[in-house]
Amino acid sequence: MLFFTRWKAAAILVTALVVCLFAVPNFFSDKTIARWPDWAQRHIVLGLDLQGGSSLLLEVDTSAVRKERLQSLDDDVLRLLRQARIPFTGRAIHGNGVEVHITRPADVKTALDKLGTLSQPLSGILGASGQRSIDINANGGTVTLTPSDAAITERIRQAVDQSIEIIQRRVNELGLVEPSIQREGIDRILVQVPGLQDPTRLKEILGKTAKLDFRMVDLSMTPQQAIETHPPPDSEVLNGQNGEKYLIEKRVLVSGGDLVDAQPGFDQRTSEPVVNFRFNSTGARKFAEATQQNVGKPFAIVLDNQVVSAPVIREPILGGQGQISGNFTVQQANDLAILLRAGALPAPLTIVEERTVGPGLGQDSIQAGEHAAYVGAALVVFFMFVTYGLFGLFANIAVSVNVAMIFGVLSMLGATLTLPGIAGIVLTVGIAVDSNVLIYERIREEVRAGRTAINAIDAGFTRALATILDSNITTFIAAAVLFYAGSGPVRGFAVTLGVGILTSLFTAFTFTRLIVAYWVRVWRPRTVPI
Amino acid sequence: MRLLRIVPDNTRFDFMRFRRISFPMSAMLSIAAILLYFYHGLNFGIDFVGGTLIEVQTKANPADLAKMRATISGLHLGEFQLQEFGAPNDVLIRVSEQPGGDQAQQAAVQKVRDVLGSTVDYRRVEVVGPSVSTELLSYGTIGLLSAIVAILFYLWFRFEWQFALGAMIANVHDVVLTVGFMSLTRVDFDLTSIAALLTIVGYSLNDTVVIYDRIREMLRRYKRMSMPDLLNVSVNATLSRSIVTHVTVAMSLLALLLFGGQAIRSFTATMMFGVVLVGTYTSVFIASPILIYLGVGTGRLGGAEEPETPPAAPPTASQPPKTAAPAPRRVRARR
Repeated sequence: MLFFTRWKAAAILVTALVVCLFAVPNFFSDKTIARWPDWAQRHIVLGLDLQGGSSLLLEVDTSAVRKERLQSLDDDVLRLLRQARIPFTGRAIHGNGVEVHITRPADVKTALDKLGTLSQPLSGILGASGQRSIDINANGGTVTLTPSDAAITERIRQAVDQSIEIIQRRVNELGLVEPSIQREGIDRILVQVPGLQDPTRLKEILGKTAKLDFRMVDLSMTPQQAIETHPPPDSEVLNGQNGEKYLIEKRVLVSGGDLVDAQPGFDQRTSEPVVNFRFNSTGARKFAEATQQNVGKPFAIVLDNQVVSAPVIREPILGGQGQISGNFTVQQANDLAILLRAGALPAPLTIVEERTVGPGLGQDSIQAGEHAAYVGAALVVFFMFVTYGLFGLFANIAVSVNVAMIFGVLSMLGATLTLPGIAGIVLTVGIAVDSNVLIYERIREEVRAGRTAINAIDAGFTRALATILDSNITTFIAAAVLFYAGSGPVRGFAVTLGVGILTSLFTAFTFTRLIVAYWVRVWRPRTVPI
Repeated sequence: MRLLRIVPDNTRFDFMRFRRISFPMSAMLSIAAILLYFYHGLNFGIDFVGGTLIEVQTKANPADLAKMRATISGLHLGEFQLQEFGAPNDVLIRVSEQPGGDQAQQAAVQKVRDVLGSTVDYRRVEVVGPSVSTELLSYGTIGLLSAIVAILFYLWFRFEWQFALGAMIANVHDVVLTVGFMSLTRVDFDLTSIAALLTIVGYSLNDTVVIYDRIREMLRRYKRMSMPDLLNVSVNATLSRSIVTHVTVAMSLLALLLFGGQAIRSFTATMMFGVVLVGTYTSVFIASPILIYLGVGTGRLGGAEEPETPPAAPPTASQPPKTAAPAPRRVRARR
């Protein structure tokens, strides 16, 4: 156990040195590091709990996705049956599907053929999966169309992907530094913005679906009448910004998807803040047609089912450009422009978790963590020296190398250091010495058993290492589970704990042994000073 | 230099005799802990019950808690708590979960922010909605259970099933007592508590495994020693290591407890209790003696051998190498 070939010794030292060197970038500023080659730039990232910042967990409203899917299926059924001139009654959305009753039994077969075109085969991981996007069942004259679970799941996945893209654009437009946006699980999105102290505006921007429609105002009755009786079938009553009511047609003239640009500005006459927008060519054509046909009538600009304004069309708008005014403040006009440029979310987002840490607390936490680390390390180092003397000193060298290696590995991984992560490192210092303690205690035992110095050291290492391996693997399993089951700061703890176990295994098996072996060779001791 | 010997050489303490005290005591404590859990409950943090936690630093020093309490109670947000946190001008505001789903929580934070305005600095704002909190709790529980099971499989693979079972009993004992401790002290039970529990599981096992390792070695070496004696020898042989290691771990934890800041205080306090107090006790007084009842070592006393004659004094580590029969590993070790 105490014999190392020259090559092996060199390999151990080089490994330890290289791993330690990976920690170097952490001591330089980002600016300095930026000039270094890519591979040398990796460094530890401070978690939001240490550097301050805001973390929002958003959930995509999957029920809205489901509802919208059913709504469009319902529209398709109506369109197809009308085209085929098949009379039907009782078309409605029931639970998870659309139900329609074909009036004449003779039509059922043709209806099924027609509706069958709505259902497409779904592709699985390996080509066709045998599943179809819609299950169609006929019971007498009643036909039920149900979107399959797989199709809905796929739709939700697309909606989340699309949402991530749009969130990305919105957050970038706000000019926030280094935001991180990633998917969490099936229907969640984690948005982390370092340095952001007050996420109120971010939350407002992310909380809006920003679905913009241009629609006509229905003048066939007053909104009041519509509320009291029944609105016409193709119209609905919507609220304005100050609670006033409008009766608006359901038909959309042009939608926000046709916008190519939106910029905040000021109205030339009233100098109030407005948003200027531009349509793409299709949008411009549709808008031109609609305004030509409806000069003198009011139309409504509807944002997320709320009427922003309902101006009267004075003349046809042919250039594809327009202006939205609605008693905005400068900030509101700004935000609306951002939302319109970034596009509408496919489904509403809800904030299900928010964690914001101010820079003061982060700084305090770093300081507290450092402080604790120094005190803990000093106590342990002193205790080891008092207990094991020279060998305690060896252990202390090994532990120092161990800590440097932890930082090196964390840097290599580009890991995130959190406050519990610092606790993990401090704790590792406490247990990294355990390997040494196991070895030294075993050596003491062997000495007591009457072995010669070198024999005792050799036997001590041989027997203790098996134990060290067993005991560390159990702790490592706990760390691994913690990593998979935990989130955020807890995960940071699991990482440092796990890495700490690996590096302490390395130092116990090679580094400490190497030091002791060298000492034995040079001093040729007759007794073990332990 | 005279080196520190915490445990004198050749200590021969009869640990196994204490099983008649330690087993009933642990059983009673465990029952007490379970009763505490069900009747006193845990002080669940917002991670698991949802709600809002706001840490503010008032510009006035010290903070006027009474006035703040009055201001916030005017918002009618249901149950809430104010608590000084670490410093006299540092206040922790905890608002219970609002009815009405995830959006209602956000609205509540905004209200608190509005009334406190710029009289305070916001150090931390955490809002956990109902959908996330239930998930976090179930993930935490699943994580804890799967860690215990994974470790058991490892022990089963490395040792024998009796050892795995003994370790599991010791382990569950640790977790139960620690949960009882958390219930008693009203320490916040949040995500980091789960991390603390898992670490306790890991370390308590670490300790148990070190002793089991020695027991296994002794079982191979002494074919005729009675089980209680053999366990005593093993525990005594590893005692010094156990104590030195726990002193160093306790030192690290103490540093974290005293200087690591308020944010991880409940984490380190829990860990201190679990690792240092319970973990050490368990591996010596529960995990080892339980092997007697699980029937470890009964098979090795061949029926043909003479009736068991316990040695006058249990052999200690100083005797074996001269008399020990087969030890092929040692031959290899001596180069």
